[in-house]
Amino acid sequence: MNKRYLLSLIAVIVLFLISYLGVEAVPGSKWLFGIVIPYAALIVFVAGFIRRLLTWSRSAVPFAIPTTGGQQKTLSWIKPNAIDNPSSKGAVFVRMLLEIVTFRSLFRNSRMKLREGKISYQLEIFLWVGALAFHYAFFTVLFRHLRFFTDPIPLPVRLVEDLDSFFRMEILQDFIQIGVPGVYLSGLVLLAAVTYLFLRRIFIRNVNYISLASDYFPLFLIFGIAFTGIMMRYVLKIDVTAAKQLAMGLVTFRPNIPQNVSSIFFVHLFFVSILLAYFPFSKLMHLGGIFFSPTRNMRADTRAVRHVNPWNYPVKVHTYEEYEDDFRDKMIEAGLPVDKMPEPQEAAAEEEEEPAAPPQEPPADAADAAAEPEEKE
Amino acid sequence: MSDLPTAEEMLSGLKYRPPSTDWMDVPAEIRKGIACYAGNPKSLEVLGFPNPRTWSCFDDDWQLPENWQEIIHEGFKERLEKFRSFKVFMDICVRCGACADKCHYFIGTGDPKNMPVLRAELLRSVYRNDFTRVGKLLGKINGARPMNYEVLKEWWSYLFQCSECRRCSLYCPYGIDTAEITIMGRELLNLLGLNIDWIITPVANCYRTGNHLGIQPHAFKDMLDFFCDDIEEITGIRPDPQFNKKGADILFVTPSGDVFADPGTFTAMGYLMLFHFLQEKYGLDVTWSTYASEGGNFGLFTSHETMKRLNAKMYAEARRLGVKWILGGECGHMWRVIHQYMDTMNGPADFLQMPVNPITGTAFKNAASTKMVHITEFTADLIKHGKLDLDPSRNDHLKVTFHDSCNPARGMGLFDEPRYVIKQTCKHFYDMPANAIREQTFCCGSGSGLNAGEDMELRMAGGLPRANAVKHVHDKHGVNMLACVCAIDRAVLPDLMSYWVPDVDVTGVHELVGNALNLPGQSDRTMNLRSEELADLQGTAEDTEDETDEEK
Ligand code: HEM
Ligand code: SF4
Ligand code: SF4
Repeated sequence: MNKRYLLSLIAVIVLFLISYLGVEAVPGSKWLFGIVIPYAALIVFVAGFIRRLLTWSRSAVPFAIPTTGGQQKTLSWIKPNAIDNPSSKGAVFVRMLLEIVTFRSLFRNSRMKLREGKISYQLEIFLWVGALAFHYAFFTVLFRHLRFFTDPIPLPVRLVEDLDSFFRMEILQDFIQIGVPGVYLSGLVLLAAVTYLFLRRIFIRNVNYISLASDYFPLFLIFGIAFTGIMMRYVLKIDVTAAKQLAMGLVTFRPNIPQNVSSIFFVHLFFVSILLAYFPFSKLMHLGGIFFSPTRNMRADTRAVRHVNPWNYPVKVHTYEEYEDDFRDKMIEAGLPVDKMPEPQEAAAEEEEEPAAPPQEPPADAADAAAEPEEKE
Repeated sequence: MSDLPTAEEMLSGLKYRPPSTDWMDVPAEIRKGIACYAGNPKSLEVLGFPNPRTWSCFDDDWQLPENWQEIIHEGFKERLEKFRSFKVFMDICVRCGACADKCHYFIGTGDPKNMPVLRAELLRSVYRNDFTRVGKLLGKINGARPMNYEVLKEWWSYLFQCSECRRCSLYCPYGIDTAEITIMGRELLNLLGLNIDWIITPVANCYRTGNHLGIQPHAFKDMLDFFCDDIEEITGIRPDPQFNKKGADILFVTPSGDVFADPGTFTAMGYLMLFHFLQEKYGLDVTWSTYASEGGNFGLFTSHETMKRLNAKMYAEARRLGVKWILGGECGHMWRVIHQYMDTMNGPADFLQMPVNPITGTAFKNAASTKMVHITEFTADLIKHGKLDLDPSRNDHLKVTFHDSCNPARGMGLFDEPRYVIKQTCKHFYDMPANAIREQTFCCGSGSGLNAGEDMELRMAGGLPRANAVKHVHDKHGVNMLACVCAIDRAVLPDLMSYWVPDVDVTGVHELVGNALNLPGQSDRTMNLRSEELADLQGTAEDTEDETDEEK
């Protein structure tokens, strides 16, 4: 198992070396790392993402199979659970919204404990907290980055920046040198959350057992991105204006490599490019997939409104007529009504009627032999 | 069953420590007590299924068709296109592990491959290899592997250790439903003629005789007549059920298990009494059918196509008899099929009418299209309108708790209707802890066709979380009766209770109704439907009578 995370770790280290040494040692490679690769990565991301969404949407949705997590809507005096058993489009929308912004299903999480023959379930919100912290921090960081791609910087971005750096960390203040920009909470939270998500993969046995290299890789990569970002801002204090110049060049399609962009910035950019290019081919596509999940995005009013299966096809059934043919005399004897009364002489010649049954029908006693009613012991 | 471990042994053997070996390097062990026997070739022939032959899952050679890998690959591909659920669930799992300890089979066996996520990875690993480029490129380190005999045996083993209960899907942040993946996996196995006998033979029976147990029409009628004898003895009134009656108002369909074995038979008696009462009092015209004599549908555990083939009988019979709508009895997976599949597969049921209870005037708008109503919806409506004459005191010796069956819970949302009926027919009702009921309910451990005899160890292990919650209310409130709305539950929970919580018995909700229901002109009711003297039962219940009913 260790092999799996070691391999991912090595992969990220190699990526680091490629970009760092490349920029340092190979003249002209800044052009590659600063312009060609980011553009290529973006193209792969967009094309791959769209392709994946298309393959998903091309798969049919033959049945309405929502997971019902609450009381159905039935009798007028029984209160339905509108969100967890949604019977209208609006309710499905609310259910999905809550899944996406609050990870509602994950919030149900509990942890099973078996002690002295008693099973108990404890609230287990760490994963939920960690996951929320991670995603919101990631999103905030992403949003803040718009500052590098816009001129002038739009108001919402500045507002988020202000909010994010509002909570100055008192404890940290001693260490921070004068002139350091305000500390962004999101970056630190992101780093902490990624670390937590990694550690739980190492230390929680079951989670460790199921983790693949592709589970560790994005964590290391995102750690790398956050770490290089924080280094640039607080420790190395790179020339931000130069970085912005490069970024603006990319979005305005007038790419250029300004003079004093430091190598660490190229590493940061390279990591982001790898994440983008990797995204559509990985589990990170859960971002799109959650919108396609039939157990969550469908209405549960399946008895009230018919769902249509686009590939519904006729199947071979055992019709009533065939059934009556099989058992007619027994039914008559038992006083059960039948559709077709045999003519008296026909009844006598019952045996001869058998071959008239469809040829694919097995002999009447095939299944009898297979199973006498013998429920369970 | 002599090699079944005792309850203590089973508990003390439970370790939740995955082995240090990578899961892909741990071969599946197909073992007595856990595995079910292979399907009888005769049953496969009845259904026209591929590769009928006599084989055993304990053999090395499973006698597969030459090109079986290709069959699996093509079948996989076809299903990825036909089912978005399958495709999306293959792609988006992040292996967060939230579902891991939600599966009763994992809780009961400690086998890491019973974690829903790993069960799904068994298929996902092949998916990555066969259908994704990155997966193929990185191979095993990224969880991809080609299909081979070992993998196939692993599939077989673990797909028949999943009861398709959907509990995992409730907790998954993306709603990944491992039951759905199991359904697909079993479909693929069936392409090779791999199924368990406990599923495929009931399916073959149901196809031909109309019900899983292979009860032929005359025998079906005999069995109900026999219940009528009992009811006459207990109440002095003899119901007169109607069969295959054209022009009846309502067609009643219920699982055949209740016609066959105790304690389900007492629930069947409850139905007979209810319909008799409604006929006498309000002239309601209900018919049973010997052709559609099975509510359950083991096709759900076989393939979508098989499910459709078996389910078709309900609408066909309703159309032939010309009834107004269909009433369905207490059954678990039957209701998943009716609620989420029937109308899509075999509808539209435009030859039926919007279900209206003619006695109360209630229109069941929630069943407007499928036109099939659950018996507890129906009975709850009757009770709410005061249309039944109930004397709950005949259930006074019972302290009842309720087991939500997985399918009506997470594939429908039937929670308050049965609880209402129970509370109106019994004085003492205590719910189990919230983590083990309603949408979070635990499987009986024997669902999805795993209720065979040979896998008793698996069943007792899988039922551990359910039994544990029953034990909790048994210890705390003296609960002595576990009510349920499922025929498989009634067949399997008695075993589970005698293994883990010996003092608790099992009942259907309509057995409680039958006991409480006063029939017009009845004689003095001194016995319950089990022909036990009420006076004796009341006596034994006295000593635990001190509890308050605060949990009502
Ligand atoms: C609609 C948007 C999204 C939703 C609802 C969502 C939801 C979730 C949830 C519920 C988890 C499981 C909890 C966990 O393991 O942390 C998760 C995991 C993860 N998500 Fe997202 N996510 C979204 C977008 C993204 C994006 C844009 C990224 C970008 C990189 C991302 C990266 C990850 C990663 C790396 C994990 C795995 C964490 C681990 O390995 O433990 N997610 N996501
Ligand atoms: S809860 Fe869902 S995403 Fe998490 S491991 Fe289970 S199936 Fe995968
Ligand atoms: S559907 Fe039920 S039995 Fe199957 S993996 Fe999920 S929790 Fe376990």
